[in-house]
Amino acid sequence: MRIIEAENLTKKYNGFKAVDGVNFHINKGEILGFLGPNGAGKTTTINMLTGLAHINAGTVRLMGEDYTRNAKKAQALMGIVPDESNLYEELSGRQNLCFCGALYGMEKEQRENRAEELLNQFGLHEAAEKPFRAYSKGMKRKLTIAAGLIHDPEILFLDEPTTGIDVAFARQIRSLIVDLHRKGTTIFLTTHYIEEAERLCERIAFIVQGKIVREGTVVGLMEETQEEKIVNFTLGGEFSAVESEFKQAFPGYKLKPGGNSSVSIHSPTSFTLLPFVQFFEERGLPVFEAKIVRPTLEDVFVKITGVDLQKMQTGQGAKPGKGRKGGA
Amino acid sequence: MKTWIAFSGIFMKDMRSYYLKPPNISWGLIFPVAWTLMFFLRSPVAVEVRDLLPGVMALSILFGTTSMLAVTITFERKSRSFERLLLAPISLNLLMLAKTSGAIMFGIINAFVPVIFAVFLADLSGINWLMVLASVVLIAITSTFLGLFVAVSVSQVFEAQTFSNFFRFPMLFLCGLFIPLADLPAFIRPISYALPLTYGADILKTAISQTGVIALPVSFIALVAFSIFLFFYSIYNVNRKWIL
Ligand SMILES: Nc1ncnc2c1ncn2[C@@H]1O[C@H](COP(=O)(O)OP(=O)(O)OP(=O)(O)O)[C@@H](O)[C@H]1O
Ligand SMILES: [Mg+2]
Repeated sequence: MRIIEAENLTKKYNGFKAVDGVNFHINKGEILGFLGPNGAGKTTTINMLTGLAHINAGTVRLMGEDYTRNAKKAQALMGIVPDESNLYEELSGRQNLCFCGALYGMEKEQRENRAEELLNQFGLHEAAEKPFRAYSKGMKRKLTIAAGLIHDPEILFLDEPTTGIDVAFARQIRSLIVDLHRKGTTIFLTTHYIEEAERLCERIAFIVQGKIVREGTVVGLMEETQEEKIVNFTLGGEFSAVESEFKQAFPGYKLKPGGNSSVSIHSPTSFTLLPFVQFFEERGLPVFEAKIVRPTLEDVFVKITGVDLQKMQTGQGAKPGKGRKGGA
Repeated sequence: MKTWIAFSGIFMKDMRSYYLKPPNISWGLIFPVAWTLMFFLRSPVAVEVRDLLPGVMALSILFGTTSMLAVTITFERKSRSFERLLLAPISLNLLMLAKTSGAIMFGIINAFVPVIFAVFLADLSGINWLMVLASVVLIAITSTFLGLFVAVSVSQVFEAQTFSNFFRFPMLFLCGLFIPLADLPAFIRPISYALPLTYGADILKTAISQTGVIALPVSFIALVAFSIFLFFYSIYNVNRKWIL
């Protein structure tokens, strides 16, 4: 079942198209990743989906029901975790969760129980009574995610959940996301970390300059871009000793020697490994390892988007200081 | 039922976080107390105290309410926690009512601080308390919504403070609080009639010392009209500026 469907979604700021006619859907129980560089339009897309930005063109549907003009009726089913923690500094962790529960109309007892449950699940029980302002950045992010889950939403929006968080907390947050996914939570996640998208998401949409340039499953995207099959052999001796013989025996294959005792075999079509293994073994070169080399998602991304990855990664460092655009 | 939980949740949180905080309580009380003493100590004659009471009450409400919204709205907006409210499944109207009802209560309580002083300084018999209460409530509502109007027009807390002073201090002189409307130059009087406090203070004067000059129904209707206009204009602004 499709939880969210976005058709031709467009957002303009003074004539500039921040999001330019994007189409996508999110299936129940899956994690859809929006992967793109700074300023690609990820946050703007979330804002439109959640009712924090007016939609200039296109439609959005939640479980089949159009809410383009009235996000209020859909908001009860959404949990929203912004890119910066936006809870109340003066309230404790527990009070923050309970307050958020109240915003979604939960009864006192119900929200207190749920807050307790989430504090345990997120490892924040010790800090439950501390004011939010005393939390570390990583704890703040965790509590903000917990707050997004207080009312058991149908879909959770996570805007760059690990940006600006140290490695240890980022790992904790990723494993929390994996847990949530296992329990069946539908998640829309934006990130500019390729690895994160690859590790967490079933499906990924690449967004660049307000447009989705490609969308598909992680495996599918990789297969699509893989033009040749590559197998790497690690041998118990020098490949150079058999190289000319090899070229005669297997004329249609490209070779890329990698160090003394290793070689990669490239072919435009699929091939079986046994003839190669036999060839090496017969010549006294034991095969210790044969592995299929796949392109990384990074390769796929660069290939499809033409976006310089180096630039994108340094963009992460530039993130602080960016602040929120358009105050009033 | 569910919207009521959200409404009272917002109201109670603001009470706890802002209004019942010692600095605000004391500020909210000290301010009217200072006004009260300043005016009352200069007027040794008991009758005069009674004449000053409407103006002092109106001022206490005006300053109490407008300064609170710079915090409860502009500050939360700045720290982005206000987004959380905009994302909650309650209507914008109800949300803004919840955010302002604390300030309205605060204003009403502030109004009665000068009354407590006046009890010791003057004879308060013969006052129409029901009318006093009605006008206090209406002044609190219009002043709060004036504060809301200011809060949604700016993005920084200090801007909110400055901008509201731009309204508040002229109102001291223009709304007939201490200078009767009739004593104002004729060309200024139209401005007086464009300010809600003029009508609120006039009802208070009628109720306390029978010195009001505007017909009661006119004043009540004007106050209600100002409230409705300021509220919906603010909502319109929130929708236009804060929902991108
Ligand atoms: N309120 C606004 N007014 C004007 N332009 C805006 C506004 N919000 C976003 N933009 C612009 O729209 C584009 C998309 O911004 P958006 O915040 O959606 O990007 P993003 O993909 O979330 O980037 P990041 O990784 O930096 O969070 C950017 O060029 C940005 O400058
Ligand atoms: Mg963003």
